[in-house]
Amino acid sequence: MTLSRRQLLQTGLLGGLTLALAGRLAEVPAAPGFAANVADRQLIMALAPGMLGPLPAGGAAQVAGNVLKAIDGLPLAVQAELRQLFDLLHNPLARRLLAGVAAPWPEAGEQAINAFLQRWRYSRFSLLRSAYQALHCLLGAGWYGAAASWPAIDYRLPAMMKGLL
Amino acid sequence: MSKLPDPWQAGLAAGWQVTDASRLAQDLQLECDVAIVGTGAGGGMAAELLAQAGLRVVMLEEGALHSSGSFRLNEAEAYPQLYQESANRQTADKGITILQGRTVGGSTTVNWTSSFRTPAGTLGWWRRAHGLQNMSEESMQPWFERAEARLGIAPWETDPNANNAVLARGCEALGLSHGRMRRNVRGCWNLGYCGTGCATNAKQSMLVTTIPAALQAGARLLTRVRVQRLLLAGDRVKGVLAEALQADGVRASGRRVTVKARQVVLSAGAIGTPAILLRSRAPDPYRQLGKRTFLHPVVLSGALFPQRIEGYYGAPQSVYSDHFMHVGAIDGPLGYKLEVPPIHPLIMAATLPGNGAVHQRLMRQMPHLNVTLALLRDGFHPESVGGQVRLRDDGSPLLDYPLGAVEWEAARRALLSMAELQFAAGARAVLPVHEDAGLARSWREARQMIAALPMQIMRTRVVSAHVMGGAAMAADERRGVVDGDGRHWQLRNLTVIDGSLFPTSIGANPQLSVYGFALRQAEALRQRMA
Ligand SMILES: Cc1cc2nc3c(=O)[nH]c(=O)nc-3n(C[C@H](O)[C@H](O)[C@H](O)COP(=O)(O)OP(=O)(O)OC[C@H]3O[C@@H](n4cnc5c(N)ncnc54)[C@H](O)[C@@H]3O)c2cc1C
Ligand code: SF4
Repeated sequence: MTLSRRQLLQTGLLGGLTLALAGRLAEVPAAPGFAANVADRQLIMALAPGMLGPLPAGGAAQVAGNVLKAIDGLPLAVQAELRQLFDLLHNPLARRLLAGVAAPWPEAGEQAINAFLQRWRYSRFSLLRSAYQALHCLLGAGWYGAAASWPAIDYRLPAMMKGLL
Repeated sequence: MSKLPDPWQAGLAAGWQVTDASRLAQDLQLECDVAIVGTGAGGGMAAELLAQAGLRVVMLEEGALHSSGSFRLNEAEAYPQLYQESANRQTADKGITILQGRTVGGSTTVNWTSSFRTPAGTLGWWRRAHGLQNMSEESMQPWFERAEARLGIAPWETDPNANNAVLARGCEALGLSHGRMRRNVRGCWNLGYCGTGCATNAKQSMLVTTIPAALQAGARLLTRVRVQRLLLAGDRVKGVLAEALQADGVRASGRRVTVKARQVVLSAGAIGTPAILLRSRAPDPYRQLGKRTFLHPVVLSGALFPQRIEGYYGAPQSVYSDHFMHVGAIDGPLGYKLEVPPIHPLIMAATLPGNGAVHQRLMRQMPHLNVTLALLRDGFHPESVGGQVRLRDDGSPLLDYPLGAVEWEAARRALLSMAELQFAAGARAVLPVHEDAGLARSWREARQMIAALPMQIMRTRVVSAHVMGGAAMAADERRGVVDGDGRHWQLRNLTVIDGSLFPTSIGANPQLSVYGFALRQAEALRQRMA
């Protein structure tokens, strides 16, 4: 999702506030990569149960680790787009007005997170739908790509390959 | 390391010339007869033929060398290693997710082995509507036969797995024509993990066939090297300029690789080949370059069965139905081919709609899940003009493929056909892969639900594993980028040999089309160089 200023304006949601925000986003020089920070990890952990359903102990942390690792392997242009999305979600005003979540992510309640996910999933703005889909894909892959998730879905590698890999 | 034999170990030990460019300590300059960019279906075939003809060949591949010893049937490892953009390449508006390979062997290293010749209807259309007079079944037959013999393409006699059997059963119940696939395998273990690299070397991909043969004949292979542009001098190409990547495969290392060559072959695949031409500012007087890039856009339908399906095990594709390809005119409302995809947890989690407890419940039923897919035949209907390859600011390619009314109309029809078929095959419930859909318990319920689904990007899931076009063959220079031999209309020692030269989609899984045309065009190039 290229959160260009034009597209943010197209969403027509926030008028002056959006302008200010977009101005700030545009000021940030294009970083060479995603360069994950602590807040990114917290955000993923906060979203994980809402996106994936209840997880076993340590599951959300594992998802966060896997997602950040996966982002690191994406082309730099895609990393930059994801950086913009995460920065937008970290911004308290955007979180409140675009995501509809009042509390900071780690403190946000289950209901607030679920409402946010549904809001973006079915948004009439394709920009927000694409942001939801990016999170859906990253978190889904981060959990179900890990062997820890496989017993619950009754999945295992073919018996024939035991001892060969 | 797996304990199964890996032919690359022996080859490398015997002195195959392979350079991992991420390890270069300084810039590299080479000279050769033919520089081949990309080692997928087109590049692999061309490399073997030209190297065995005694020409000095250098292959340049953006991806890394991964061979069977490191294939561990693990999606989380394989997607970043073996696919473009970690198997999550997307169109500009994010509406379509594209699977393409990026490794030695290109998409053939990860593809699902289904093998079809170019349909007669497609070749006929190319003659009638695109003026490509010598594209006929007869003129292509020797090339297909040669490719089939080289790659062990033969009927797959083993029983289809339960996922494919659903398609066969549904077709039988509804009286739809269907058939069994041919596959490019030798001694296949019927494992089902073709998409993460074949650990047994049964799949006759370029990784285990033509590229080793080319190396054996003295060709040289450079990996983790991304060709940036052609070195142009008037109407000729002097070679290619490339950047070495770091070991992460993402960032450039700062080392440059220059390969001077008498002839340059672009085999970087659809999207990849047009991108190199765009970056090179290659002549494009009729503004054809990058246009008409096709995807066989795919829509999907899930179905839950009382019995176990275990769509992760067994040859991923063995049954197909072309029934809906032939109900109307080839340039009428889009026809579609029905197949099934393999079902593995990471890609299913990303593909299946919904979130939270609902998504989790669905994932827990994965052993009972069948997924059927419909690939839409794009590029024939006058309004189905495909996508256009553009460059991002950093020079990386981006495919702009807006889905329009003709595609959405076909998508809805296909979702209906698949749901009906899945119920006819005994499904308990059907789930169109769409954010607004729920589980339908009967065909009646499904029909009403699908009729009301909003057809929009990022609500309807649309994916593709077949990228074609963007540097089309044409009968004259006004209508395409290359001639019928793949020669660039303006740059006379530049040849395109890959899926980008198809003027429409193929209307069947494209690998054998790429192989056949590659052999034909590489042979023409060899004769021009003799
Ligand atoms: C998951 C999957 C399953 C598939 N299943 C089937 C199937 O069952 N049957 C079938 O018929 N088809 C299938 N296909 C499609 C088929 O594999 C492709 O159509 C075919 O391989 C295309 O050949 P190509 O030569 O055009 O490109 P590719 O095979 O994609 O090769 C292009 C190569 O060029 C390299 N490259 C790109 N840009 C550069 C650059 N700038 N510098 C250097 N190198 C570059 C890429 O890394 C890649 O290795 C599948 C594809 C995928 C991804
Ligand atoms: S199904 Fe056959 S070809 Fe595919 S990965 Fe398994 S052994 Fe290889």
